Amino acid sequence: MHLAQLNVAHLRAPVDSPEIAQFVAALGPVNAISDASPGFVWRLKEDEDDPTATVRHDHGDLLLINFSVWESRESLWNFVYRSPHLEYLRRRREWFLRAAEPYSVMWWIPEGHIPTLDDGMSRLRTLRENGPCPDAFTFTDFHEPQAPRPQREGNLAGRPA
Amino acid sequence: MSSDDLDVPGAPDTAGAPDALAALSVLRDPVRRALYDYVAGQRNEVGRDEAARAAGVGRTLAAFHLDKLVEAGLLETGFRRLTDRTGPGSGRPAKVYRRSPGEHQVSLPPRDYRTLALVLAEAVDALGGEEAAEAAARRVGERARASGLREALEERGYEPYHDGDVIRLRNCPFHVIAQERPVLTCALNLALCEGLLSALGDDHVTPRLDPRPGECCVSFSKNNEH
Repeated sequence: MHLAQLNVAHLRAPVDSPEIAQFVAALGPVNAISDASPGFVWRLKEDEDDPTATVRHDHGDLLLINFSVWESRESLWNFVYRSPHLEYLRRRREWFLRAAEPYSVMWWIPEGHIPTLDDGMSRLRTLRENGPCPDAFTFTDFHEPQAPRPQREGNLAGRPA
Repeated sequence: MSSDDLDVPGAPDTAGAPDALAALSVLRDPVRRALYDYVAGQRNEVGRDEAARAAGVGRTLAAFHLDKLVEAGLLETGFRRLTDRTGPGSGRPAKVYRRSPGEHQVSLPPRDYRTLALVLAEAVDALGGEEAAEAAARRVGERARASGLREALEERGYEPYHDGDVIRLRNCPFHVIAQERPVLTCALNLALCEGLLSALGDDHVTPRLDPRPGECCVSFSKNNEH
């Protein structure tokens, strides 16, 4: 199974305004780190060639969307919190409004499956309305996949003496 | 964040539990202590021969004590080829040891600062008080007394090491809270380090967020000499 994550955030100003320029300038380098991270599987892109082209959708111009698929919780965690991405998270209030409700949702998908944005938005609604469950959860209230997963060999594990 | 999200995870089961005390008492033996200190101080896994040499004991005795440390949960093992050769004739992988990621914390009488730290982190989040919290962390850092940056970092459990011109930190002293509240914890850690530097009057290096899997989120890079 792979892990899908949808993230939404409300910009303080239109994406092409000077207040947001530093954030937009970071999109290229940070997306490049994401896509080269171990365990990265897929990311919704508006434009294959322009990393500053944010995803277009029907949920308002100031809502920025990040939608990606990862091999495991650890691979997503390491990109979000253990890469240069963390510095932009730390500075998020410069560009984004404080969120009063959950702004990020995860769920397990079969390998090879590409999730839809509608599915992601409806899972985020589920999380907001009912709290975390196996179909819509967060890092803090994480759920393991329900079907048994094949064990991957770790760096050090697995070989007999 | 909704108000019903304010769940405080229970104290980790190692905090003050009898088995943590038992695990730590394994270190009373001086050979084990020397082996543990050596393995824990290395950035890579350590083979039996290397550990035995470092502790000044024979390989068999070292192996015995290393395995006692594994049983106690202080070290963990794996298998790795210790030479670059591969293929037939390169020998089977050797047993190697490294520090276990599990925490062993003992306080007598029992104390639990982690739960309180998580409560305060939730409160900062609920209040949107990141800036005030960072300013507080900077002030706490500024109260530090130490002779130099490296000593100050070592005293606080960061386990600093040089990586070219950069000082990196091998250990996150706030690991449990950083797992629960990574953005806040790392921002506060950076502010603490900034305060620490200004207390030391050290302007040769600048701390920045530079997280890596398995290490602390802060590194110090040299300023350009003027």
